[in-house]
Amino acid sequence: MRIAGKGLIDRTDAVQFSFDGRMFQGYRGDTLASALLANGQHLVGRSFKYHRPRGILTSGSEEPNALVTVGRGGRQSPNVRATVQEIHDGLEARSQNRWPSLNFDVMAVNDLASPFLGAGFYYKTFMYPRAFWEKLYEPVIRRAAGLGALSGANNTDRYDRAFAFCDLLVIGAGPTGLMAALTAARAGADVILADEDFRMGGRLLAETDQIDGQPAHDWARDILEELAEMDNVRLMPRTNVFGAYDQGTYGALERLEHHTATRRAGAPVECYWRIVARQAVLAAGSIERPIAFRNNDRPGIMTAGAVRSYLNRWGVAPGKRVAVFSNNDDGLRTARDLVAAGVHVSALIDSRHDAPDLPAELRGLRYVKGAKVCDSGGRLRVDRVTYRSVSGEDSVQADCLAMAGGWNPTVHLTCHMNGRPVWNEDIQSFVPAQGAVPGLHPAGACNGVFSTLACLRDGQRAAIDALGAIGITATAGDLPRAEDAPYRITPLWAVPGKGRAWLDFQNDVTVKDVKQAATENFRSVEHMKRYTTQGMATDQGKNSNVAALAVLADVTGRGIPETGTTTFRPPFSPVSIAALGGPGQGKGFAPQRFTTSHKASVEASAPMIEAGLWYRPSYFPAPGETTWRQSCDREVGMVRNTVGVCDVSTLGKIDIQGKDAGAFLDFVYTNTFSTLKVGRVRYGLMLREDGFVMDDGTTARLGETHYVMTTTTAAAGEVMRHLEFARQALLPDMDVTLMSVTEQWAQFAIAGPKSRALLDDLLDDPLAEGDWPFMACGPVTVSGVQGRLFRISFSGEHAYELAVPARYGDSLFRALVDQAKALGGGAYGMEALNVLRIEKGFITHAEIHGRITADDLGMGGMVSQKKDCIGKTMSERPGLSGPSREQLVGLRPVGEVKQLTAGAHLFEPEAEATRENDQGYVTSVCYSPTLGTMLGMGFLKNGIARIGEKVRMVDHLRDVEAICEVTHPVVFDPEGGRVRG
Amino acid sequence: MVDLVAKSPCDGLLPPEIAGLRLVEPAPQRLTSIAPLRGQETAVAESLGVTLPVPGQSAKAGGVELVWFGMGTYLALGEITTDLSGKAALTDQSDAWTVVELTGPRAEDVLARLAPVDFRLSQFAVGATARTEIAHMMGSITRLAQDRFRVMVFRSMAKTLVHDFTLAMEAVGARG
Repeated sequence: MRIAGKGLIDRTDAVQFSFDGRMFQGYRGDTLASALLANGQHLVGRSFKYHRPRGILTSGSEEPNALVTVGRGGRQSPNVRATVQEIHDGLEARSQNRWPSLNFDVMAVNDLASPFLGAGFYYKTFMYPRAFWEKLYEPVIRRAAGLGALSGANNTDRYDRAFAFCDLLVIGAGPTGLMAALTAARAGADVILADEDFRMGGRLLAETDQIDGQPAHDWARDILEELAEMDNVRLMPRTNVFGAYDQGTYGALERLEHHTATRRAGAPVECYWRIVARQAVLAAGSIERPIAFRNNDRPGIMTAGAVRSYLNRWGVAPGKRVAVFSNNDDGLRTARDLVAAGVHVSALIDSRHDAPDLPAELRGLRYVKGAKVCDSGGRLRVDRVTYRSVSGEDSVQADCLAMAGGWNPTVHLTCHMNGRPVWNEDIQSFVPAQGAVPGLHPAGACNGVFSTLACLRDGQRAAIDALGAIGITATAGDLPRAEDAPYRITPLWAVPGKGRAWLDFQNDVTVKDVKQAATENFRSVEHMKRYTTQGMATDQGKNSNVAALAVLADVTGRGIPETGTTTFRPPFSPVSIAALGGPGQGKGFAPQRFTTSHKASVEASAPMIEAGLWYRPSYFPAPGETTWRQSCDREVGMVRNTVGVCDVSTLGKIDIQGKDAGAFLDFVYTNTFSTLKVGRVRYGLMLREDGFVMDDGTTARLGETHYVMTTTTAAAGEVMRHLEFARQALLPDMDVTLMSVTEQWAQFAIAGPKSRALLDDLLDDPLAEGDWPFMACGPVTVSGVQGRLFRISFSGEHAYELAVPARYGDSLFRALVDQAKALGGGAYGMEALNVLRIEKGFITHAEIHGRITADDLGMGGMVSQKKDCIGKTMSERPGLSGPSREQLVGLRPVGEVKQLTAGAHLFEPEAEATRENDQGYVTSVCYSPTLGTMLGMGFLKNGIARIGEKVRMVDHLRDVEAICEVTHPVVFDPEGGRVRG
Repeated sequence: MVDLVAKSPCDGLLPPEIAGLRLVEPAPQRLTSIAPLRGQETAVAESLGVTLPVPGQSAKAGGVELVWFGMGTYLALGEITTDLSGKAALTDQSDAWTVVELTGPRAEDVLARLAPVDFRLSQFAVGATARTEIAHMMGSITRLAQDRFRVMVFRSMAKTLVHDFTLAMEAVGARG
């Protein structure tokens, strides 16, 4: 019910929205909660476990009951708090956890069974038989007890991510935060002021107090206008600062499009901020706590602060006859505001015997001191409250009850680095520990300071302190005149009596549950939390923690400070995983790396495979070819008989210069490079510190003090890092420099008996006869462009690699393919490359997978005995060489089954294929069109000595078995005549 | 005989102007990494006629811009006419990098979505440079003017660079 002329809503801007399919009207400036209350809709949800009818309890992000699902399809958002959701035209909200409807929920039968469903019910009941847990119990429980759900459809919304930096981050824009921001901004500091509300001002928007003789919300508006004008201030409304992290970094979630009727194309719905602040002021305010009494969870029963918010900020009377129940002076304040707005107050019940007398304007109000509300009546909404005093029990009619149980400072962020809050007897709550988060200064209500004037003063003080710590002088301006009432509270956590009195509304935890936990010896507050589920889910116990542990302290006979709190962890308020992922979905997940030949390859219909971040062509289908094998076999034949062209630019290339370059290479490679002649290339093997093989590749000597190393595609980054480490940490005195040139050069393999003919045609000057033996390298020119030529081979054929600056890569690749075609060859892809190297027994990272030594590869002799190198000593440890290890061998099927599979394991032909009998495994397989058989490479125990023997290959996953002959890894042209020819 | 044609890394990739922000590929210049050899820093500086920039800074020497590019390494943009042989390891990088320039009054806001660097003018003045993560790519960002930045990532990542910048520019543009 709206009250004429009251509230900070725009009554000229009506908004239509729906809740559970019914259309409602509200105004711009309304939250879903305020608009529903204005329409008399108190019932908004069903409780987690007992499916009890629940209404709106609060007016902030701490709301435990009013969780709704907003939107449909992929954009459906569950568990949205109605108190935070702004209404807009077309907003579609639905209640949760009820079936078939909110008014009639079948699962409410749980409420009748409540004596059996108390704390620890699941743990005790659903134990046996064990097999039932995952298949039966858990699905049933999850269906009955739960929050909202996602739709299962892909979310098409965009999410943004950003970094911000400032001198001072002010968290919360109530009186404290505004004063802190103003003080810092006037001192010239870079200030970010963030508040989770869509309108800044905090409690100033919800109270009728005056500041400097004007309504507090007008004062707030003036300050915000001044701040908005300043270049050094960034105002961030709708921004929930949800976590405090190392080095002054704060996580924050900004809502961007949840309040708009039409989402603009490309506009992100949320932005995940990482704000790095040199200092921060926490002005997060405080959260009012309910009081536990029997049936205190009926719709219409809400916190007194929420009643005043709805009344003053949104012009909504939450009831026609409102009762007020209080243990502090907020009861009087609430009654005063209601009466002033013309709302009938049916009773003011104050638990304090020494409560102050009624002020003149409230004369005639039913005011009961020293009394406690002990029960409520009604079904889907409260209609009556019962209270008990020394003179017995009495009832009053009320369709709304305002509970003022005192305020809990919002200390959460100060606890994110293991700080524990400190009990303050005066305010009967916890306040932040000093210096709990470095550089974070709590101030105002979250610091246990409650009057408006005290908050303004504390905000100013915190800003001056914070800026002082970073050498910025801020001055304390005159404080405005403001309310400065003392906070008088007598603790009251739970009203004794029969029945269920709710502590945690979100998880259906009652006073009895907490007592039960203590009785069953879950006396630590952390154990109590897990046993009862108090403090879990979206509100994380914001409303219930202090009261629950006060009850626990009482039953265990300990004090509250001794009992302590559970651990507050980020996020302060729920954050969607999508927002944390930000733009890192789809193509934003990882960079794509494309070679210069990519376009030409795609034009040739080559399917791409991913190699790390790179995209490489799998094969180049020719007309009439329908399977990859046909293309692959043809491409292999091309290289063996004519000439093939393949882009090998993805291999890592590192430029190494300096007078110690040779010595440096000697130290990182197992073999020697300082003796390599200029104009020659050598194959090298690199070990990790622990003696296992790290990578292999070729290194060319371009000049006396100039080498260029190649690495495998997959290990390029790892090798670069390894070399940098060696240079900086192990060999800091060497004169050597490293620079990645992977991307500078487009490099193509030209392989096959006709490769020389192709090059002679292509290069500006034909290769001089005799100058280019196997493993030679040197400069060449192509169409006037300076390039590099290496006579190296990964196929076992007479082959070259030609490198030109990458800008010419596309052009050169097309030219090479054309020329190869003219010679009867063409482009080949990764499949053919793999077959060619398996035929030759060349290794890749399928073989050097991290637990292989040089000796396992038959390359033990490559670890030079004349010098030291990284990993050498460790590689000499016992057990890292010799016949006890699995050694690299070739495999060829010789039984009925002619198929080999990579990943299969090897066994003695007669042995059972069990783990205990395992003799080794297969790393690479291919069909060799050259030899007309499948070939494999693998590791076999004492493999070199077993060449010629038979082993059984068993692939337990694919259900393949084959008898294989063990061969030398090099099966094609073992003498190497072709590569030298 | 073949005729090799040069292609720029962003060939056909760059998006239209979004919300007053422009991403363009400047005319290619020679890029050379300069790593002074042991004890040759002063000699290199003297030959180039410039004080070698400290980490996070760049310097200008004649027609050459020198950008700090990592430990003991500088990237020279422009033709180096001095002979540095025996003083520094020079490596041609002209083809290794995608170089783009982002221009617009809200360029800082775009970069704030891509790199964890404090780009406020007071902290990152004209001439300041950073080797940093750009989305998921390692790159280099240099401020050329108050509202103009040079961004570099590996050549192969040009498409991802344009993709990520387009999203970030749209996100900034959507804020009105």
